[in-house]
Amino acid sequence: MSELLVLDDLGKDYDTDAGPVQVLKHLSLSIEEGEFVAIMGPSGSGKSTLMNILGCLDVPTSGRYLLGGRDTGSLGDLDLAKVRSEVIGFVFQGFNLLPRASLVANVALPLVYQRVGHGIRNERAAAMLQRVGLDKWLNSLPPRISGGQQQRVAIARALVTEPRLILADEPTGNIDTRTGREIMQLFQTINRDSGITLVLVTHDRNVAGYASRLIYLLDGRIHYDGPVDQFREENIT
Amino acid sequence: MILSLLGEALAAMAANRMRTFLTALGILIGVAAVVLMVAIGQGTQTQVGESIASMGSNLLIVRSGASRQGGVRGGTGNMPTLTAMDAQAIGQLSRAALVAPTVIGSVQVVYGPNNWNTSAIGTSAEYLRIRDWRVVEGRTFSESEATSGVRVALMGQEVARQLFGNESPVGKSIRVQRSPFLVIGLLDQKGQSLGGQNQDDMIIAPLVTAQRQLFGTQFQGTVSMVMVQATTTEDMAPLEKSTRELLRQRHHLNTRAEDDFRITNMTEVSETASEVTGMLSILLGAIASISLFVGGIGIMNIMMVSVTERTREIGIRMAIGASRGDILIQFLLESVIITMAGGIAGIATGIGMAFFATHMFDVWTTVTAMPVLLAFFVSVGVGIFFGLYPARKAAQMRPIDALRYQG
Repeated sequence: MSELLVLDDLGKDYDTDAGPVQVLKHLSLSIEEGEFVAIMGPSGSGKSTLMNILGCLDVPTSGRYLLGGRDTGSLGDLDLAKVRSEVIGFVFQGFNLLPRASLVANVALPLVYQRVGHGIRNERAAAMLQRVGLDKWLNSLPPRISGGQQQRVAIARALVTEPRLILADEPTGNIDTRTGREIMQLFQTINRDSGITLVLVTHDRNVAGYASRLIYLLDGRIHYDGPVDQFREENIT
Repeated sequence: MILSLLGEALAAMAANRMRTFLTALGILIGVAAVVLMVAIGQGTQTQVGESIASMGSNLLIVRSGASRQGGVRGGTGNMPTLTAMDAQAIGQLSRAALVAPTVIGSVQVVYGPNNWNTSAIGTSAEYLRIRDWRVVEGRTFSESEATSGVRVALMGQEVARQLFGNESPVGKSIRVQRSPFLVIGLLDQKGQSLGGQNQDDMIIAPLVTAQRQLFGTQFQGTVSMVMVQATTTEDMAPLEKSTRELLRQRHHLNTRAEDDFRITNMTEVSETASEVTGMLSILLGAIASISLFVGGIGIMNIMMVSVTERTREIGIRMAIGASRGDILIQFLLESVIITMAGGIAGIATGIGMAFFATHMFDVWTTVTAMPVLLAFFVSVGVGIFFGLYPARKAAQMRPIDALRYQG
């Protein structure tokens, strides 16, 4: 197994009116190809900031972030967009679908930026919607389906480019527990069957239980990094 | 491939039809106004130009002046000072190509039960050549007819219509001021003159015949005006000068006396007229351009709002792989398509309105390719120019900020 992500002494500061705030402090970790990692931690521990850096939506203030062996710090805007397009798939807490575009159009959207032709685009999007069990609603609009279904659409959209890494930020945060379980099972299947590396941020201990490895952040530092089943929350508090 | 981004732009426009329509409407009105105004301006230019051209080219018109009898000054042409001999002498000048001495007056024309009041022109056969006027049926008068006083006449289209209806007037005998005249030719349609007279409402007779038979004692060997055509346009000014000198000499005017005739240089008149109508075109176009500009501002306004409103959407697109260039092109395409659609619809509307104005209000309009193409490219330019700023604003956004934006 090769290393897909490597963080080397990574730091991130934010300028606020009250002066600079260190959100991430000297983070070093690596994630291998095919791993399913959950990131937990209390609010303000830096989880979301870490996710944004992993997703190349934000850049670290110090240290290095290597994705697939490439130092992302040396990439320009265009190359970062290319990395987001080809290597990474995003799943957000609020789904972030385009409300006025059909499900097919939503799922096909990442392929637009890979310059895939219209016909092939829709074919692949439809196939992906079938895989997440939504092939009956190809031409519906997102607001017309349930939250759980919208999240499935978002997963299909993340999968359609066949990325190596899927980043999910609180994917079950806006859905009920039962639907959340289905979503997590879907993630597990994707990780097992396609070997796609999954990194997931969550508050929920049960959701994290679907992963194999857990990283617990506290105050911008790694507090725990190891197998999910050996993690005891009592140790933290 | 810009094509897939085009699809995204079209989809975004379709998702917000009302906004798209209203923006395009602004451009439509601007472009239509430009096309219509320029069409009216150019139409006027053409109309004036044609009216002047219908007089004949390289033309000097010498009119009889007011002669003095004691202290009483007559009106121009009332007491004719020019004679047919003067005309003949002008014809001898080296730069004069054709000369037509002319008398004109109002006459009553009768054919069978119909009668009609029209103008009669007595002139030489050269008159028609100067004015580039053809006889469509029959013939013009011969040299001998022109000088012998025989009663023959050429008839304008309007007179023929009034007296003969659909019948041909050629070969028929009519009565003009009680004298019988033989119609030997039918003149070509000529249309309105610059002064607004119908040039087809007249008959033409040989000068001598008209002087003797039609106007009684008014023109006894005199003429009301002489039309002189110069050999070339360059000869106009020297010819005007030598004509003036010749006439002053022939009329025995000493150096302190005023001219007893007036010379009008029609080339100068036509230049002035085209200058004025050209200015009119520019003025109308400029006024219309303002509305096009206002339409452009409208586009920018809408696109700015659109960028703010769609900040999150921009964030999503960037998160799933859109580059800054992709976002820039998509927003730019949106504004260019809107302005192009508005531009094309505006051209159609403008041409339609010009057509309507011509047929309903008798306004002369000329639609040429130039202003239409110009309006189209200006509208596309407006789209790019006013779309660029909001599009850049959208593309410069940091994906993370755009995603977090709470709209």
